[in-house]
Amino acid sequence: MTDTNLLSVANLSVGYSTSQGVVNAVSDVSFDVRRNEVFGIAGESGCGKSTLIRALLRLLSNNGVSTATSITYEGEDVNSFSDDKFRDAILWKRISLVPQSAMNSLNPVYRVGDQVIEAIRAHRSVSRSEARERVEFLFDVVGLQPELMRSYPHEFSGGMRQRAMIAMSLALDPGLIIMDEPTTGLDVLVQEQILRRVREIRAEVSSSIILITHDIAVIAEMSDRISIMYGGKIVESATAIDLFESPFHPYTLGLKNAFPSISVMDNELISIPGTPPALIGEESGCLFEPRCPFSDATCAQILPQSHSVGEMHQVSCHRHTDVTELREKASKKSTWHC
Amino acid sequence: MALLELNNVSRHFELRPGVVERVLRGGKTRVIKAVEAINLSVAKDEILGIAGESGCGKSTTCSMVAGLLPPSSGEVLYRDRNVGEMTSSELNDHRRRVQMIFQDPYESLNPRFRVSDIVSEGPRALRLWGEREIEEQVAAMLAGVGLPAGKYWDRYPHELSGGERQRVGIASALVMKPELVVADEPLSMLDVSIRAGILDLLKELSRQRNFACIYVSHDLSILANIADRLLIMYLGQAVEVGSVHDVIKNPKHPYTRALISAVPVPDPRVKRSPPKIVGEISRPVDPPPGCRFASRCPHADQSCSEVFIKLDTNSPLAHQAACHRLEQINSEAT
Ligand SMILES: Nc1ncnc2c1ncn2[C@@H]1O[C@H](COP(=O)(O)OP(=O)(O)OP(=O)(O)O)[C@@H](O)[C@H]1O
Ligand SMILES: Nc1ncnc2c1ncn2[C@@H]1O[C@H](COP(=O)(O)OP(=O)(O)OP(=O)(O)O)[C@@H](O)[C@H]1O
Ligand SMILES: [Mg+2]
Ligand SMILES: [Mg+2]
Repeated sequence: MTDTNLLSVANLSVGYSTSQGVVNAVSDVSFDVRRNEVFGIAGESGCGKSTLIRALLRLLSNNGVSTATSITYEGEDVNSFSDDKFRDAILWKRISLVPQSAMNSLNPVYRVGDQVIEAIRAHRSVSRSEARERVEFLFDVVGLQPELMRSYPHEFSGGMRQRAMIAMSLALDPGLIIMDEPTTGLDVLVQEQILRRVREIRAEVSSSIILITHDIAVIAEMSDRISIMYGGKIVESATAIDLFESPFHPYTLGLKNAFPSISVMDNELISIPGTPPALIGEESGCLFEPRCPFSDATCAQILPQSHSVGEMHQVSCHRHTDVTELREKASKKSTWHC
Repeated sequence: MALLELNNVSRHFELRPGVVERVLRGGKTRVIKAVEAINLSVAKDEILGIAGESGCGKSTTCSMVAGLLPPSSGEVLYRDRNVGEMTSSELNDHRRRVQMIFQDPYESLNPRFRVSDIVSEGPRALRLWGEREIEEQVAAMLAGVGLPAGKYWDRYPHELSGGERQRVGIASALVMKPELVVADEPLSMLDVSIRAGILDLLKELSRQRNFACIYVSHDLSILANIADRLLIMYLGQAVEVGSVHDVIKNPKHPYTRALISAVPVPDPRVKRSPPKIVGEISRPVDPPPGCRFASRCPHADQSCSEVFIKLDTNSPLAHQAACHRLEQINSEAT
């Protein structure tokens, strides 16, 4: 197989049934993750990032249903796997997850170290002492002293539990590690150290990472390519540098305005006014249209297709050809708030 | 008068040795000094930011302020009343006036309650208003945090995203109209745009209702934006305090300096260089008496591991750092 793609997902959609109707949390999302890359996903709260990941890993809650035309991992069609087969053959061993609920994901009645040791021994035939050595190494990577293996989760701080889950995700050298908001509880120094060590380890075993975070600085630092989600869809994908330096989608332009920075302390952040789409029921047109300062008549009626605007750069916006004008106007506060 | 005052507050946890350790190593009980001799004060309309290393005692401090965890020593004074000496009815009252927003939104929301039940639980338990009014207040508060009742009223926590859960936690604290909000990483899962909206809501409410806030965050850019004063902690000790502007623009303590220089910038061409501090993330197990940052500090000398300067609260506006080598550090820098 000469393919450089580790994971390819085509047309993945997820609906949750609720008393108010079906929530279309993810619609028609396609993306690839290459070998040996960090693929970042960003987008506002509730736009479907965790749902996308949970659907991929067959971890959706009972009221969720997912469909996809194809999902291949390392050249294998995993979409046709049964849930049991997927969990046995793929989960943890070949794709691991640091869930967004990492602080609450350890079993409260077992010692933290034992939980990682057992996770290793469940998938690998290694002795307990070999597994223990591995866990000591992994704890060191995330800045936890080896003696902490003996602690129970309630004796850990929030960030310590999160770090333990990061250690767990590295345990079996999976080809793909999915991290959903892995640094919410980590101060910048610890975060820097852990991200650096994760990068080193990843380079050693040449695995890929899907990194989901709302922290734009972290995603900029870590990612090779980034996709921006809005209302359950990917609206723009590009290399990290292109996305930051030549964004196309109005939503990306708006996000860029709102990046806070401590170097300019009192600068006012320009937020994107309006509320996220309800995602319930049929919607026509572009989902960002109600909040978009650049929308025209087509936008409300026709769903924009993905256009290629550069090498590895796609955007779903009718007005992608007017990007120079859009970029210029987007940096002014009056464009968004009048 | 300060609304809240912590005088010399410490919280220790005992690490009892397991059977094996006792037999093999004659293991003694060791002590984790999670919070050590902290002094701080919060005025009635002030937002105090707290930042520091993961595991440095921020959540433990918050729990003590909210009256959920007794200090091992020292006193927590709320309106000059020692929280540790409150009667149970006073303590109930305290827990209404002081509302905590918990760090982990996956742990803190009752999974069997709907969003509307979670947010109305407090007002209902205390009969703050009539049923109709409670519903109105709850709906207004949910809308304020970006969770319109039409869509979220009947949802259960497992049907929410991480950031939506966090906002339910914020709504249930604010709906109580507290005097002091103790917010432990309340917006850590929210993107900048929604965050800006909620920060505005917090600022607006604190103006309207005059409430105070302790705001814990590792995100210094948020703290720069919202806090009046900033307290920096390291391994259980308060190492620096001052106006948020002074601390961020002119950090004094070597730990604060390292922390601020490590803030990532939103630019993919910039990679952070590893900070200039040595050693590893540590833990306050049977720590030496001096400054706990000493073993990682590039400026430390012998005296640092022997003496620690406590910050004092009597001059709340002053910019102070708990480091007795400040002069040498400054002269080295120039
Ligand atoms: N089990 C469920 N039932 C109904 N709706 C759900 C369920 N789980 C999630 N949702 C809804 O689906 C949408 C997407 O949720 P998801 O958790 O994927 O968001 P997210 O992008 O990860 O957000 P965050 O950044 O806040 O974690 C949200 O509007 C959420 O309310
Ligand atoms: N119940 C407990 N038993 C033993 N140790 C504890 C207990 N609770 C907290 N600790 C320890 O106290 C220290 C401080 O924990 P705390 O949760 O206050 O940290 P934090 O500053 O909130 O960290 P984070 O930013 O990671 O959430 C940690 O070393 C932790 O392991
Ligand atoms: Mg999520
Ligand atoms: Mg904490």
